[in-house]
Amino acid sequence: MFEIRFHGRGGQGTVLAVKILADAVLRQGERICLAIPEFGVERRGAPVTAYARISDKPILIRTRIYEPDALVVLDPTLYSSDILNGLKPGGSVLTNAEPEELSALAAKYPRFKFVGVPALRIARELKLGSASSPVVNTAMCGAAAALFRLCGMEPLLECVREAVPGKADANCEAARRAFDAAREAQNALA
Amino acid sequence: MKKVLMGNHAAALAAKLARVQVAVGYPITPQTQAYEMLAEMKAKGEFPGEFIAAESEHSVMAAILGAATAGARTFTATSSQGLAYMHELLHWVAGSRLPAVMVDVNRALAAPWNLWTDQSDSLSQRDTGWMQFYCSTNQEVLDTVLMSYKIAERVMLPAMVVLDGFTLSHSYEPVDVPEQSEVDAFLPPYKPEVVLDYKNPVGFGALVGPKEYLRLRRRMAADMAEAESVIEEVGREFGAAFGRRYGQLDAYRCADARTILVTSGAVGSTARAAVDALREQGLKAGNLRMRSFRPFPAKALREFVRPGMRLAVVDRNYSPGAGGIWAQEIKAALYPRSRASVHGYVAGLGGGDITVELLQEVWKRVDSANASVPVAETWVEDAR
Repeated sequence: MFEIRFHGRGGQGTVLAVKILADAVLRQGERICLAIPEFGVERRGAPVTAYARISDKPILIRTRIYEPDALVVLDPTLYSSDILNGLKPGGSVLTNAEPEELSALAAKYPRFKFVGVPALRIARELKLGSASSPVVNTAMCGAAAALFRLCGMEPLLECVREAVPGKADANCEAARRAFDAAREAQNALA
Repeated sequence: MKKVLMGNHAAALAAKLARVQVAVGYPITPQTQAYEMLAEMKAKGEFPGEFIAAESEHSVMAAILGAATAGARTFTATSSQGLAYMHELLHWVAGSRLPAVMVDVNRALAAPWNLWTDQSDSLSQRDTGWMQFYCSTNQEVLDTVLMSYKIAERVMLPAMVVLDGFTLSHSYEPVDVPEQSEVDAFLPPYKPEVVLDYKNPVGFGALVGPKEYLRLRRRMAADMAEAESVIEEVGREFGAAFGRRYGQLDAYRCADARTILVTSGAVGSTARAAVDALREQGLKAGNLRMRSFRPFPAKALREFVRPGMRLAVVDRNYSPGAGGIWAQEIKAALYPRSRASVHGYVAGLGGGDITVELLQEVWKRVDSANASVPVAETWVEDAR
């Protein structure tokens, strides 16, 4: 079983991101994904956590994930809180970051493997959300799908299209760009 | 076809597949998406039944009482304060012997305010005459709603399908959604013997004397007792039709186990992982998941229990001044001859996580406890 914890802020679409990934894993047809969003008293900008367990066997555990194999960080301002808690040593952190932010993070937390995608820039370029609060979820979905090999591009884009029918093309493009960016970053590491 | 669904959507889809004729609702967290999905299906023309947006939960259950008396197959979903607000009408629906089906998404009762899962809302309706079934996966939510209509319409008692707030209601997992034709073959239309019909006037729920009242209650008791075997029967029929079989109890790796976790709801799923972890340590652990609460599966439980067995009952609920409710009911069912000991653990109130680690700790405590001094009530929590 592979366990991922997602950290975002209210309004960035973290909950929808795990739903899209659960859909895409099922559509890929090899494994299943149990996605568990954590709900508090919702408000824009407040930290949001969600969990995804991926396995080729039935998934029994229905609790929060305390010791994840990987993190997906939608909002880099969250590093000032305790989001790295419990991440397994050597665990991967897929983060929304520009290259210079990424090297700063990697230097600060050498125990973890950081992979960055410029999700904020992608979302702004594609006019997803507003200029002041871009919606980065579909870009981060694309990057997570590629980095953790959750599914191929095709099932991913089908699920993005269904999840956000209003702005389907722009969101699919965001997922595609981030998917490719994560693949490249991964190849560069390897 | 497999679809990724949240528990609330699994419940609403099941209501549609059951060809519900009157759905009534009022929003309350964490049930609201079930209500919204039904409203949306109605707006799109996908749900042919009536959809009534009521002004309160009390009115919801009053509308269900009316619709079911007129012979309709009905559905609603609620949580917590909403269920508490329905309380008076719950007695009316059960006493009127109407086979309504309702989903309750478990949420703690105030005060203080809390949004998360806790069985105190559903369990505190235990004396209303509603059957209660507890689900551990979103698949089981869909399946149990379908089975509940068949069970309820056979014994003429209402049924409450219970799922954990957020843990199931808002979590996404693949659910095998049956075809309408498959559901139709399993669940025939509801044909009540007596209905409210202005062309054939009869009285409903009129004043009766003590003799009639007692006799009617005794008939209710007999039908509740019959429901125990009907639940098993319908569970087998469902298994034959859909490949997933259900009963009143769900035992996991219990054949050679002396100490057994007793769980309900989604905790029953996590408990399987805890049992697997204990088995890997060479410990003979098992898990008994309680699916029915009303009728209480006393007969099935007595058949399951062996002398010397220790039951570690995990209660995500609390009856102040008495303890965990499942533990009390299990003790009552096993008294005095079972020669098993029952150990009650209260955990996870107000949505606290009941983790694999916590369940292992409870199991180990009970396994090494002095069996002649069963723990009345121990409060435990995962400190993280």
